Amino acid sequence: MSPMNWTLATPEIFLGIAGLLILAGGVIPKKETFFPVSMAVIGAFVVTAVLVLGQGEGTAFLGQYVSDAFSRFAKVLILLGAALTLVLALDFNEKAGIGRFEYAVLMLFATMGMLVMVSANDLMSLYIGLELLSLSLYVIAAFDRDNPRSAEAGLKYFVLGALASGLLLYGSSLVYGFAGSTNFDRLADALGGGTASLGLVVGLVFVLAGLCFKISAVPFHMWTPDVYEGAPTPVTAFFATAPKVAAIALLMRVLAGPFGDLAAQWSQVIWVASVGSMLLGAFAAIGQRNIKRLMAYSSIGHVGYALMGLAVASEVGFRGVLVYMAIYMVTSIGTFAVLVAMRRNGRSLEQVDDLAGIGRTDPAMAMWMAVFMFSMAGIPPLAGFFGKLYVFLAAVQGGYWVLAAVGIGTSVVATYYYLRIVKVMYFDAGTAPLDARPAGLTVVMTATGVVTVLFFLFPAPIIAAAQVAVAAIAG
Amino acid sequence: MLAIGLSHYLTVGAILFVLGILGIFLNRKNIIVILMSVELILLSVNLNLVAFSAQLGDLTGQIFAMFILTVAAAEAAIGLAIVVIHFRNRGTIEVDDVSTLRG
Repeated sequence: MSPMNWTLATPEIFLGIAGLLILAGGVIPKKETFFPVSMAVIGAFVVTAVLVLGQGEGTAFLGQYVSDAFSRFAKVLILLGAALTLVLALDFNEKAGIGRFEYAVLMLFATMGMLVMVSANDLMSLYIGLELLSLSLYVIAAFDRDNPRSAEAGLKYFVLGALASGLLLYGSSLVYGFAGSTNFDRLADALGGGTASLGLVVGLVFVLAGLCFKISAVPFHMWTPDVYEGAPTPVTAFFATAPKVAAIALLMRVLAGPFGDLAAQWSQVIWVASVGSMLLGAFAAIGQRNIKRLMAYSSIGHVGYALMGLAVASEVGFRGVLVYMAIYMVTSIGTFAVLVAMRRNGRSLEQVDDLAGIGRTDPAMAMWMAVFMFSMAGIPPLAGFFGKLYVFLAAVQGGYWVLAAVGIGTSVVATYYYLRIVKVMYFDAGTAPLDARPAGLTVVMTATGVVTVLFFLFPAPIIAAAQVAVAAIAG
Repeated sequence: MLAIGLSHYLTVGAILFVLGILGIFLNRKNIIVILMSVELILLSVNLNLVAFSAQLGDLTGQIFAMFILTVAAAEAAIGLAIVVIHFRNRGTIEVDDVSTLRG
């Protein structure tokens, strides 16, 4: 049994204390403090990221918490995603009348939940981290509380999220009962032989079902389009990025660590979820007119590609998943920066057709949007191509030909709706130009756009970091 | 006299769990029933954990159950708050009326 060793968790402890102080600092002044509180939260994210980079390795809190190269990789990605999506919210929330400081504080606590999740080394800390994330997300989904659509999004997300937590917990209780421990290291020892009792397999499937809900993989995706459409756009941007990375990282740690020797059992489940997500993501998005709903189906499809690497259950596959999620996150944040900037005469726009003509009226934004769409479609030499390349490579090397074939087929289908957006921007006749966008959005768009375009020049450091991260959990 | 063993507790837990799931999916009346079903699911998990804990002679399960109780309280508070804002917007909490978002 490892000692308390609590200094190892300095990043989380810092973020938690910073959150409480910022909350107090936001409540006390008489006037609304959304902007200064958001800046303080972004500052806290930056400091936490620095602390994460300097974090040591080992386990803490009697084996509940683990810090390794994998958790550091995921945490830096999560903090980056959370900080950038908070920047997207700054101007939007003021204009939508939801510029309240609680928004930034809730994002901070959601982020802290994600950090605990990716460092979980026990079913108990997994559950606490996941719930800290989920409870914060339920509230910010319904943050525009006078808007019936936002309230409904929050309600749907709450009901299905609570059900998912229930499935996960029921699975955890069975795993605990039939393996005799909740600690990941001791579970790995107990399951070492690769044989599992029926109760354990049922528990594993329930845990998988609960986690698939969180990453919105088929057949547990039904909440995604409604919640993405109903929630305010910056909230949707947050949902589609950092929590997805955290949940996929958590799924990888659980499957590669304690259940690593049961790969034969879980690989089939992930296989089905992967094929289903890819197909649904490709075909259901075709008819969508609302761009947030379209992005919801697109994100289901992308989760399918990431799960392809997980189903292969090899180190190459896991590395592919990490690279894929990193690239997906950057591209998504850029895309959502464009969606947040869609505003005409002070009203926020959500239809694909509202983008018509911006190729002429706002060439810079149209260019970046085209870059993001081509990247999501996987056109070389943009970043999205490399993400797909690494997971397809893993699938082919592992002999999963059906997965690779479905992946390529659905990529072709998905290209249709990504290119349709480009066509609407450049070739359809537009109405009036969009409102001038705030500088923050331009910065986010440009930064993520440049990374997407130039990724092919410097893939080595990211691939190497993912390799080291994967070696920590699967080695 | 029939001795009550682990399998009896697990059976009760499984029945409560299935009732909770059915309560969420078959219920067409109102959202409060869904909140109660969620609590039922969490209670079935707690029953499982405590039964396993007693069987294994290991305290972990009981500690886990404490955490679940705490989180369930927070979850119920947030759930009710969301139901309240939904009711303010729509004036009803019937499940069939939660359908503005369709596509």
